[in-house]
Amino acid sequence: MSGWIIAHLWLVPAVPLVVSLIILSLPDSQRKAAAGLAIGGQVVALICSLAAFAPTLSTPGYRVFHNFTWFTFGEQALRLGFVLDPLAAVMLVMITFVSLCIFVFSVGYMAADRNFGRFFAYLSFFSAAMLGVVIANSLLLLFICWELVGLASYLLIGFWIHKPSAAAAAKKAFVTTRIGDIGFFLGMLWLYGRSGTLLFYDGGNGALENTGLLSLGVSATFVALLIFCGAVGKSGQFPLHVWLPDAMEGPTPVSALIHAATMVAAGVFLVARVYPIFSLGAPVAGDAVPGGTTTSLVVVVWIGVVTALISALIALAQWDIKRILAYSTVSQLGLMMVSLGVGGVAAGIMHLLAHGFFKALLFLGSGSVIHGCHEEQDIRRMGGLRGPMPVTFLTYAVGMMALSGVPLFFAGAWTKEEILHATSLWTVSRAPHFLMLAGVVLTALYMTRQMIYVFFGQRHAAAERAHESPAVMTWPLTVLALCTVAFSVVLTPAWPWLHDYLSGERATADSGQLIQPILFVSLALVAAGIGLGVLIYRRAGVIDPVEQRLPWLFRFLENRMWLDELYDWTVLAAARFAARLSDALDRYFWDGLVRGFGVLGGSLGGLSKGFDERGINAAGDDASGMARGFGRLISARHSGQVQTYLGVLAVGLLALLLFYAWLT
Amino acid sequence: MANLIAGLIFIPILGALFVSVAPRNYARPVALGNTLITALFTLMLWRDFDPNAIGLQMVARHVWIPAIGAELLVGIDGLSLLLLLLTSLLFPFALLAQERGRAFCALMLVMQAALYGTFSAQNFILWFLFYEMSLVPAFLLIKIWGGPQRDRAATKFFLYTFLGSVAMLLAFLGIFLVRGTLDFAELAALGKGGGLLPGKLSWFAFAGIFLGLAVKVPLFPFHTWLPDAYEAAPTGVVMVLTGALSKMGVYGFIRLLLPLFPNELRIAGPWLLGLAVCSIIFSSLAAWAQSDLKRMVAYLSINHLGYCMLGLFAVGATTVVPAAEAEAQAALSGVFLQIFNHGLTAAALFYFVGLLEQRRGARGLHDFGGLMQRTPLLCGWMSVAMFSSLGLPGLNGFVGEFLIFKGSFALAAGYTAVAAVGLLITAIVFLRAMQALFSGPLTETCSTFPDLRPGEKWVVIPAALLMFAIGIYPQFVLNFLNTTVAQMARLLG
Amino acid sequence: MTPTLQLFLVVAAALFCIGLLAALSRRHAIFILIGIEMMLAAAGINFIAFSRFAPQPAPPTGVMVTIFAIAIAAAEAAVGLALVIAVYRHYRTTNVDQMDELKG
Repeated sequence: MSGWIIAHLWLVPAVPLVVSLIILSLPDSQRKAAAGLAIGGQVVALICSLAAFAPTLSTPGYRVFHNFTWFTFGEQALRLGFVLDPLAAVMLVMITFVSLCIFVFSVGYMAADRNFGRFFAYLSFFSAAMLGVVIANSLLLLFICWELVGLASYLLIGFWIHKPSAAAAAKKAFVTTRIGDIGFFLGMLWLYGRSGTLLFYDGGNGALENTGLLSLGVSATFVALLIFCGAVGKSGQFPLHVWLPDAMEGPTPVSALIHAATMVAAGVFLVARVYPIFSLGAPVAGDAVPGGTTTSLVVVVWIGVVTALISALIALAQWDIKRILAYSTVSQLGLMMVSLGVGGVAAGIMHLLAHGFFKALLFLGSGSVIHGCHEEQDIRRMGGLRGPMPVTFLTYAVGMMALSGVPLFFAGAWTKEEILHATSLWTVSRAPHFLMLAGVVLTALYMTRQMIYVFFGQRHAAAERAHESPAVMTWPLTVLALCTVAFSVVLTPAWPWLHDYLSGERATADSGQLIQPILFVSLALVAAGIGLGVLIYRRAGVIDPVEQRLPWLFRFLENRMWLDELYDWTVLAAARFAARLSDALDRYFWDGLVRGFGVLGGSLGGLSKGFDERGINAAGDDASGMARGFGRLISARHSGQVQTYLGVLAVGLLALLLFYAWLT
Repeated sequence: MANLIAGLIFIPILGALFVSVAPRNYARPVALGNTLITALFTLMLWRDFDPNAIGLQMVARHVWIPAIGAELLVGIDGLSLLLLLLTSLLFPFALLAQERGRAFCALMLVMQAALYGTFSAQNFILWFLFYEMSLVPAFLLIKIWGGPQRDRAATKFFLYTFLGSVAMLLAFLGIFLVRGTLDFAELAALGKGGGLLPGKLSWFAFAGIFLGLAVKVPLFPFHTWLPDAYEAAPTGVVMVLTGALSKMGVYGFIRLLLPLFPNELRIAGPWLLGLAVCSIIFSSLAAWAQSDLKRMVAYLSINHLGYCMLGLFAVGATTVVPAAEAEAQAALSGVFLQIFNHGLTAAALFYFVGLLEQRRGARGLHDFGGLMQRTPLLCGWMSVAMFSSLGLPGLNGFVGEFLIFKGSFALAAGYTAVAAVGLLITAIVFLRAMQALFSGPLTETCSTFPDLRPGEKWVVIPAALLMFAIGIYPQFVLNFLNTTVAQMARLLG
Repeated sequence: MTPTLQLFLVVAAALFCIGLLAALSRRHAIFILIGIEMMLAAAGINFIAFSRFAPQPAPPTGVMVTIFAIAIAAAEAAVGLALVIAVYRHYRTTNVDQMDELKG
């Protein structure tokens, strides 16, 4: 089975893709078939992924690829391929598993929607595209799937298309990520031009292998930064993070899918995938050794730091339960970028995986809350939900603790520690390390705030008639919560199995490593964050305590630092102005020139006509007038009398005679 | 074999005669049947075409008027075949787009004959004859069956393109007087070293031909006739105008300007690339500012042909770059694909705009709203065409644009980087249109729209499937282009 | 008195003058016609006279021309009389003063 799957790895994305096409062609009434097909497809993909995962465990640094020719142009061939290595394998499993949970949850959540079938078709398509990104062995194939991920997110964010805000959010998501994609596209072209191939691995000739990297030379920095633009867009990094909170307009399972398994993970995955280009020329090569760095990695770190802090701060002042989670995603993605940037690739990916589980859990939990509160999303109207919604509460608490980084039993804690450890070793600057420590406090703080507002305190309007969600929604929550806890086993420094698996080493268990100094720091910070949160928010009412003390700060954060408005007034306004300007230029300037030529020709014609009429024609008229006058003069001499004529003849004859006589 | 090409040219003309005497109600079926015959002929050409043979195939040559260098010389290579296929593909759809009488159908068929002639003639006089022959039916079709601004638009279209043609004709007269031949292949061979014409004359000839073709494509800033003409033309005509007629200009650039004036292109290259980039950026921005759907699509049409021009000028302006020939192959393949893709996609978009206009009686962006709830099939397939046009991978637009950008980025990185912004603006334009048309609450005026009718599906679905086919497996088109591409890249490299 | 050339010429000139006078002064079309015939006759006399007094032997040119002239005069008289009749039928008069159709 495994060998067959590895040779036919394309089946993993192909199954959900085909499923999605089949569902689209089904009539709307086939709701059960649609959901069944989508879930079935995902199960098949999960089984295939597990089957592909198994052999990668056997050898450290396992890597198998299959390349094929997509098409030929001129005398050249464009080749694509699929690759299976630890990075791809773990992502496959995580994506298919989390997607499966989300799909099951959606059956309950979307039960009342009339476009139920279409929803599952889009979900399947989304998961297929993301699986394609993961197994691509060619930057081009990755880009293709990457764009399809963008399309799927567009379709799903705008799923409730009758809502103008949803349509606007979908557009914003697509356009904002496409800004980054333009950079990615150019970076890809640059890479292609330099190394002559877009395959990552090709038996020594790939772009990420020696010869390919050598041919890059100094342009590696530019290539890396351009590709990073794509990651910035997709993974919601500053300054292109603005689409991600708006993407909450989509149904909640979509948010879960975007934030946990698919879309935003793609950016981090991309950086990890082409990491050799980023680290090319670093003094100490290799991803496992922090310390060596390059310009592009420094940029990655600082973008990550800024993103992580900004969004953690903004999350403190949001009221929408999903928006808080959205900003927390942005923040965590920033953290992952920092990790990648300082050299902790394995740590970053581990956090990505752990984040995939607990963020899916949190989003589905919030979906359950919203469902229970009858589509209410404002946390001020909730409160005290731990009573009516016990399962949701417990699982949400697990997710919250994992996200905050409560040590020992939760997946997020170990990976966060690993990242903090990596940042502490960074040689360029110590600032990211301390800023990330501050980020840990902030994370704990805003999650505590959310927990208190939603599950504790007194019940508000929307919570009055709240009820627990059906089993089809709570089961995925439970499974994900258990996974979040269970996953932490493979993340501990005592048995750094996943870390070593990702970095291609053999894992060794050493219980002495379990307790690291950073663990205590982390524990203290998380405790501080949660304690501070409880202290501040325990009696919080409709008005936020921070808002009471520091209204200007709260307003600033609540309005997302006015970044959207800033973009609106600067970039967008400039672009709109440019659009109107080019239209005006076209209508009045260029077309004016053409019309000017027309008028010029017309007036030349008029001139010529005038000359003809007044000059040439007038001369003719005058001449004929004169001839006519002369004729009239002569004709007056014609009396019509024959004898007069005869007389004249006679006189003429006489004159001739006289003339003759005079001559002789 | 050559009879097939002659047949392609004469069958539509015979068809036009037949249509004009046929009973009124039979005009469109007869014309459609005629286009099916020509489509069959083109498919036979495709079957008999040898993708590996170098140079022209199925050549037919007869003496015509030796004194002015005119010969009846037709033949095809990969590029010609591609354009013949495109023409054959577009006309049935264009005829299906509206119900009109005898004269309309007859003129359309005449235009089809002219297009077949243009894309297969290999002698300048013959080519020019067909090139101009297409102008007359186009003018009449706009002038008689056009929208409210038809008189002005038709006159502008005719005069503008005709002026360009005159400049081109003069340039070729000059070439003939010096060189004594008007055979494309011979001229290309003479032009290879760059010594087709001496000194200043060469620049005059270059400028004349450039002007004629730039107006036809059109290239910024010679494009202002296009939005007016496209806006005024009836749906079927505009499908042909954008799908096939605009390709005559691109075809001319590839056949004439590139091989004949390599030196001039190299010297003027930066300026020409600048014009292509302006074409891409300004027209996409202008499209953003349009509220009329048809005008918007018209501007995007300029934008997409701008990518073709970018690729061609990047190839033409190449100075010494390592592996320039390989990059030229990429760019030329991309341009060829883009020619076909744009023809297909832009025609489809105009068809959709026509459908909306038929249903609503207006075509402003804000005359619609919430269509997705009422007409999901129409919206879905229209989205396919729109995503194809904005270059989404998996659809046809992406493959061509990727290859163009790949080639031209290596040859002219700066220009290409700026041009890439056009991709972004195009996306904004389409998403804005989709938002305005499909989303939001259903507008009162659109609440009685019928979804796609069976007859309309016969146009929409094959076209969309073809978009997917080229996007996923472009090899079947590239197969017959590769030899031509390699040959041209060698000629220019 | 010997007949000399001058005598003939004087007679012919006199005849011509009489004919001319008649043609110019008479109002009746027929008389005008007669005047014209007289001028023709004067011309004929001149031809004969020059022919007779030319150095001998002379070709009979003058005689021949005169005979032609007489024949033509006859034909002309016929045509002229026919015209006069036609004019008379049309206008009911032969007074040339009243016929000014050619007036400019």
